[in-house]
Amino acid sequence: MKISGAKIVVETLIEQGCDTVFGYPGGQVINLFDELWLCRDRINHVLAAHEQGASHAADGYARATGKVGVVIATSGPGATNIVTGIATAFLDSVPMVAITGNVPCDLIGRDSFQEVDIVGITMPVTKHNFIVKDVAELADTLRTAFRIAKSGRPGPVLVDIPKDVQVALCEFTPNAQPVIPYPLTFAHEDKLAQAAELINSCERPYIYFGGGVISGKASAEVIALADKIDSPVGCSLMGLSAVPSDNPRFLGMQGMHGHYASSIAEDEADLVITLGARFSDRATGNKQRFAKNFKLIHIDIDGAELHKNIPANLAIQGDIRDALERLTAMVEEKKHPEWSARIEELKAEEIRRTENALSSTAEKDCGNCAAPCDKSGIPAKDRLNPYTIIDIISSHADENTVVATDVGQHQMWAAQRYPLKKPRTFLTSGGLGTMGYGMGAAIGAAVATGRRTLLFTGDGSFGMNLNELATAVSQKLPLVVVIMNNGVLGMVRQWQTLFFNKHYSNTTLDRKTDFVKLAEAFGAKGTRVSTAEELEKAAAEAFSYNGTFVIDCVVDCDEFVLPMLPPGGSVDNIITEIK
Amino acid sequence: MDQYVLGVIVSNIAGVLSRVSGMFTRRGFNIDSLTVGETESSGFSRITIAFHGDDDIKERILQQLRKLHDVKEVEVLNKHETVIRELLLIKIRNSAGSRQDIMTAVEIFRSKIVDYSPSSLTCELTGESSKIDAFIELLKPYGIMEMCRTGIVAIERGDNCLKTK
Ligand SMILES: Cc1ncc(C[n+]2csc(CCOP(=O)(O)OP(=O)(O)O)c2C)c(N)n1
Ligand SMILES: [Mg+2]
Repeated sequence: MKISGAKIVVETLIEQGCDTVFGYPGGQVINLFDELWLCRDRINHVLAAHEQGASHAADGYARATGKVGVVIATSGPGATNIVTGIATAFLDSVPMVAITGNVPCDLIGRDSFQEVDIVGITMPVTKHNFIVKDVAELADTLRTAFRIAKSGRPGPVLVDIPKDVQVALCEFTPNAQPVIPYPLTFAHEDKLAQAAELINSCERPYIYFGGGVISGKASAEVIALADKIDSPVGCSLMGLSAVPSDNPRFLGMQGMHGHYASSIAEDEADLVITLGARFSDRATGNKQRFAKNFKLIHIDIDGAELHKNIPANLAIQGDIRDALERLTAMVEEKKHPEWSARIEELKAEEIRRTENALSSTAEKDCGNCAAPCDKSGIPAKDRLNPYTIIDIISSHADENTVVATDVGQHQMWAAQRYPLKKPRTFLTSGGLGTMGYGMGAAIGAAVATGRRTLLFTGDGSFGMNLNELATAVSQKLPLVVVIMNNGVLGMVRQWQTLFFNKHYSNTTLDRKTDFVKLAEAFGAKGTRVSTAEELEKAAAEAFSYNGTFVIDCVVDCDEFVLPMLPPGGSVDNIITEIK
Repeated sequence: MDQYVLGVIVSNIAGVLSRVSGMFTRRGFNIDSLTVGETESSGFSRITIAFHGDDDIKERILQQLRKLHDVKEVEVLNKHETVIRELLLIKIRNSAGSRQDIMTAVEIFRSKIVDYSPSSLTCELTGESSKIDAFIELLKPYGIMEMCRTGIVAIERGDNCLKTK
């Protein structure tokens, strides 16, 4: 029997194992939405407040589950609104299929109403994209899109479907199974043998991993190698959650705002084994200085990452999990007592520095600051420190709670401090650094997991997509939204403090937004807290509330994210204190 | 910096040229010349790309090209075992004083006159790029009115073929 292109899309999505899609309707997808309505018992559509929110939700759904996230938008402005979401997913290697409607084929190229060349626009930010002009190719094109999205290094794929293709009729036979990924590349045996040799002869090994360990499901294998060769482990922002943060070998995140111990340990190592990470400039700082002291083994599924940013002494293309299993079998079991002692020293030093920083912020008085952070009358020792906020909130969550963040200081504080236990529980926009990512991502994760989900956001970032509170409320999602409200675009302000003579150009948010009333206006609940005691109470309430709960936390506008490798700098000029 | 010549087999579908050339622009790789045309099989086109760079840039370009879904085969062609050709069409001012000199150049370079008018002469020349450069250099003094070069096409000598498996 012949069915419409629109129905083929929905049937193919279901065939591919997709249970939920995120989107927003419009003229050029109205046929598709009609089919979604007819099939509402078999596939769930979550209506966002803005297509950008829908695209981040599809991303959050994908990061929380490892499945392909799907977003649907209409042509023109609907399509351009998802571009930021697609780029966010692209830079963090998130599997996503974006479906856009377009004007009928005979109107393409004529600047028709709501026509944009979304295939052209998204070419540089997708793994691949398609425009389908023949309904007979629709089902297979969508299948290929899923296949590309989840193969090798995952990423977003866009499929643009003109309206007449959605209307046209065609035979359709569902496949029994979702498409399987393209065959993986596996590491060459002799390369692994060379790696084993380097590892066997080194004295101060250090394992540095990125998000590839999460998408490559290699957490256990990383630890197994580390245990066998007696190596400390650190990661990039994207690697967070792959290894439990309380694992004694784990030194934390590296990079611009990475942990002290991991940054120094890496620099003192004689061999760094890098797994599924791309050495972004935010992770390395000055590239010439970065890899000066150690030899580098780099393993990645994407051959194009090898030697791209940092040349490796030994570069190996292949699936991480397989490579690690085989490599671990090849290496000798080792102990490095001196190195281990040095690592313990660094860990102790890190704790000491953090405690110092915590007590010095409590004493700080911000006198003539213009930001409306409202702490008059609150004794310094009772004020909310960012780490305290994270500690209190995390004590109410459990190891399966997914934590999303926005972008800014709050993001880095969460990355540094939040105790993560399981892969796929930390969702953050690393590569693109997209403010406004958090609300959508948290919604996507909450829908995917059916569990209470946490968002750490900033007053600036929240302002970008807070309209998605409407989505969270209408979907009855148990979100806990923690706003670290410092009254400023804190991360930019920090740079202005350090590098621009405290010229606070356009970073002081002189806004009169009442986030509690705002939450209530959206049908959520909200409360504002200024002390640890108040936060404790609010958190208890939020975590037992059956719905979306906003906690507006007052934070000092002059809290800094430390340590900091200045942009283009290195561990030699690491900033650990700001006066 | 050396010049490299790449043979690239791509799916013969709309947009593939933008994908390939877009990758070069986006990643800041410079192209000396890029040509595209049909192959022996209708499903595929062949792109020949010449660029200058070091070994590191060459490797990065190869890796990035291999990541493109529509790119089916990429190879660096060994210049010593490859026939490389470019076509030039050049229009020169025709005057009684220079005509004989131009004719001599045409003959020596085995070029061909493909159009003739009282005031202009159009020549065609095929060869390696260096030969074409020399020819153009020689004709400059007589007044080049217009010219166009195709960019290079290249094919390996002997039985070696750049084919999708
Ligand atoms: C969409 C977008 N615009 C601008 C920026 C640049 N930027 C990075 S952090 C930041 C400030 C974020 O402010 P806020 O959300 O309040 O977080 P805070 O740093 O204060 O914790 C800005 C403007 C960005 N990352 N993303
Ligand atoms: Mg802020």
